Amino acid sequence: MSLWEYANPVRFMRLTDRVLPWLTAATVFFLLFGLIWGFFFTPDDYRQGSTVKIIFLHVPAAMMAINAWIMMLVASLIWLVRRHHVSALAAKAAAPVGITMTLIALFTGMVWGQPMWGTWWAWDPRLTSFMILFVFYLGYMALWAAIEDPDTAADLTAILCLVGSVFALLSRYAVNFWNQGLHQGASLSMDRAEHVDSAFSTPLYFSMLGFALFFVTLVLLRTRTEIRARRIMALMARERLE
Amino acid sequence: MIALLRRDLALALRSGGGFGLSLAFFLIVVMFVPFGIGPDRATLAGIAPGILWIGALLACLLSLDRIFQLDFEDGTLDLLATSPLPLEGIVAMKALAHWLTTGLPLALAAPVLGFLLNLPEGAYGWLFLSLLAGTPALSFLGAFGAALTVGLKRGGLLLSLLVLPLYIPTLIFGAQTVVLAADQMANQTAFLILLAISLLSLAIVPFAAARALSVNLR
Amino acid sequence: MDFFVDDLGCRRGEVEILSGVGFSLAPGQALVLRGPNGSGKTTLLRTLAGLAPAVRGRVVAPPESIAYAGHLDGLKAQLTVAENLAFWAAVFGGDTAAGGIDAALDGFSLRALSDRQAQHLSAGQKRRLGLSRLLVTGRMIWLLDEPTVSLDAASVAVFAGMVESHLAAGGMAVIATHIDLGLAAARDFDVTPFRARQAAEANPFLAGEIR
Repeated sequence: MSLWEYANPVRFMRLTDRVLPWLTAATVFFLLFGLIWGFFFTPDDYRQGSTVKIIFLHVPAAMMAINAWIMMLVASLIWLVRRHHVSALAAKAAAPVGITMTLIALFTGMVWGQPMWGTWWAWDPRLTSFMILFVFYLGYMALWAAIEDPDTAADLTAILCLVGSVFALLSRYAVNFWNQGLHQGASLSMDRAEHVDSAFSTPLYFSMLGFALFFVTLVLLRTRTEIRARRIMALMARERLE
Repeated sequence: MIALLRRDLALALRSGGGFGLSLAFFLIVVMFVPFGIGPDRATLAGIAPGILWIGALLACLLSLDRIFQLDFEDGTLDLLATSPLPLEGIVAMKALAHWLTTGLPLALAAPVLGFLLNLPEGAYGWLFLSLLAGTPALSFLGAFGAALTVGLKRGGLLLSLLVLPLYIPTLIFGAQTVVLAADQMANQTAFLILLAISLLSLAIVPFAAARALSVNLR
Repeated sequence: MDFFVDDLGCRRGEVEILSGVGFSLAPGQALVLRGPNGSGKTTLLRTLAGLAPAVRGRVVAPPESIAYAGHLDGLKAQLTVAENLAFWAAVFGGDTAAGGIDAALDGFSLRALSDRQAQHLSAGQKRRLGLSRLLVTGRMIWLLDEPTVSLDAASVAVFAGMVESHLAAGGMAVIATHIDLGLAAARDFDVTPFRARQAAEANPFLAGEIR
């Protein structure tokens, strides 16, 4: 039995029906655990005070904003190569979740940046990159919404996702070139001398895991909805034939 | 394929909308900037490279939907798709025709409009060169967006929403080439990357757009 | 080199509307598609032309042999009659262009109009120009969708003659039309028996239980 079996809508529905309750429970647990630990049981930073605690929202959201796009890219590729409908619908389902994560990352970034930089918005390369990611999401979702035939929409959005990924990546480097920024370096990389203290990193890992599970749960739920919508469309089309 | 290019150029010439409208739009955008921010020559000089690049980019955007829409509506695209020409070649020729009728005139006109914005002296040549190197990317990426939206009744606004994000790297490196030249700093890196982006667009867009077209024709 | 179609399934949007279509044509033969509006004639022709993908089955034709003419003529209003033809001749082959265009102009008596811009033609003249394009493609198999729309009786006769001589020269044609062209080598092909009742096999969303 191969993984591709779950590309069949019926099998996918049956599997997710069983998995979703567990996923939901795990999501709630890790999210609450990570966030409560992070917000209430970590010390204040000696420079940034309690503002630093927004990291428990900002970093996981930013991570998932990018990962959601990567997931859409993989799902689009699978659709283009193997024509598995569930894959196309999963990509469609992930976009609104991804754009919400992007918005959370942008908003928390602004809130965090205000006391640090003294302004709500700075054209810092990372914030700018998320702004750009946001418009890429917008275009992708708008194309899905504009096309009526679902398979045509799946094909065209998948092509857009592929080309868009190349140019989103290019934009990332372009923005770096254009403005060497104010942002902190990668917060969790271990080879840096000044990495985040473990008092922060452990709850942060939990929170990241919670966000990842949250994303998977939402995408599965939304994919189920999309599958049901496709079924209704197919039933109505068959009705018209008879 | 050359026949297709020649036909598109002839059509652009005869229907009159080709060169003229984009150039006029470019002129008006550039003229509006001093109206909006005031006539101070130092301020204008500072923003001139960016404004000229953005103006050219927007002028280029205006005519994108015509790349495939007219041929789609009158059935030409169906017939071309069943002809011996590969769709990739058709896309490349139509994007090239768009560049010849839009990008090239804009690049030629930009230095003249630079005077209006008090563009610093050393930057004129680079403005022309950067537009010459960058506008092919605008035309080809635009053709990609046009291929995606060709089947839609009111695709114009959507086309802009899809294409503008793809223009970001081109705009950044194009404008930076001129900005750095205006500040008398080394701009070769920016210019070479701009050239690379154009070549990349030339390389991948025909395939992506051809795929999109064939999806839209079925 | 026959034109051969086997167990072809065609879809329009979400549903498969024709299935199990099969026929074969030898050089010199023509097929006239019959069936009421919406029965899938246009979809079948577009599938044969390779514009729409087949759900299943196969279309076997010699390479680069198909010329398709749909409802729209693909003419450019700002180009003259001769220029329109020359463009398609160049797209489809090149070499024979000059002689081919002359023959095409004479075939539908468009010679007098050859310098006129296509936007100044009447609907019937445009249609004649659109059909003359078939002559400059040099293709063996013509797929024609309602070719006689807006043609007057005389032009229909000319068109029938044009198809006759194409067939006589070893060509083939599949024509969707409601009128009788009086082609000797043509046989009728009713598409209604191939109408697909449902789309179950092709559509994974219709199979099984989804709640």
